[in-house]
Amino acid sequence: MLLIRCPYCEEERPELEFRNAGEAHIARPTDIAAISDDDFEKFFFIRQNPKGIIYERWRHVHGCARFFNAVRDTVSDKFVMTYKAGEPKPSKLPGVSK
Amino acid sequence: MAKAAQKTGIVQAERHPALAGRNASAAHVALTALDPAERISLRAPEASLAALSKALGLTLPKKPKTSASKGGRLALWLGPDEWLVIDEAGGDPLADCAKVKQLHSAVGISHRNVAIGVTGPGAEATLSAGCPQDLSLAGFPVGACSRTIFGKVEIVLHRTAEDAFRVECWRSFSDYVFTFLSEAARDAAA
Repeated sequence: MLLIRCPYCEEERPELEFRNAGEAHIARPTDIAAISDDDFEKFFFIRQNPKGIIYERWRHVHGCARFFNAVRDTVSDKFVMTYKAGEPKPSKLPGVSK
Repeated sequence: MAKAAQKTGIVQAERHPALAGRNASAAHVALTALDPAERISLRAPEASLAALSKALGLTLPKKPKTSASKGGRLALWLGPDEWLVIDEAGGDPLADCAKVKQLHSAVGISHRNVAIGVTGPGAEATLSAGCPQDLSLAGFPVGACSRTIFGKVEIVLHRTAEDAFRVECWRSFSDYVFTFLSEAARDAAA
C-alpha cells in the first residue's frame, strides 16, 4: 500500500484514506462569463496528462478531510512531495534531477 | 409505557439504541456497545478556540491526532479546524457552545454516531484487521485519535488505554462494524 504524507496531519497515512482530485494549480477565471468558448474549453477540459512529474490535488477524505497538493511521478507512481493547498508550486523537487 | 397505552389508547413505539445490548467477547478481546452520549461536530477558526475551550471546559487540542479529556468530556482533533466533542457525563456541549459569541459551527450529532469499545490485549490486532493505519503504541499512543477507514466504512478511532479503543461510526453502519469486529476478534491473538 502506498503511504502518502498529509501536510495537515503531518505524517504518512495509508492511501485508502485519500482521493485524487485532479490537476492542481488551475485558476478559475475571475469573470468566467466574459471568456470565449475556446478559453473556457482550455480552462475546463484541457489537462496536461504528462508522462513523468505531475502536480495534482488530493484530498485526505477519510482523515482530516482537507485538500492539498501533491507532486507525483506518473511513471513510477511515486509521490515526490506534498504541500498545503494555496502554497505556490515548489520550484525545487527533492530527489528529481530535471 | 404499557400502562400509559392502556389509559390513553395510544400505542407508543419504543426506541432502542442501535446495537443495544450487543456484546461479544473472544479469547483476548471484548466488544461492548457503549452507552449513548452527547456529541457535537465543531468547526472553528483559530481565533475562536480560546472562547470555545473556556465554554466547553477543556482545551481543544491543536496538534494532529491528539485529544483532550476532562470530566467525562472528550475533544478529538479531526482536522485543522474540526473537532468531535463527546460528552458522556450528561452535559450538553451544544448549549455550552451556543453561549460563545465568536465565529464557530457546532452541530449536534449525538444520534448519528454509535460507539463501540474494543478492549483487551488483542484489541490492536482486532482493529488492524480492518484499519490500514499503524496502530502500534509508538504510532498511535494512548490518547491518539483519528478519522480513518475500517473495512469499507469511515470511523473515528480513539485509543483510551494501551489495550482499549473507542470506535465511533455512523449508526447505520454500526451493524457492519460490530460484526466485522467480532469476526476479527475471533482471530486476534494477544
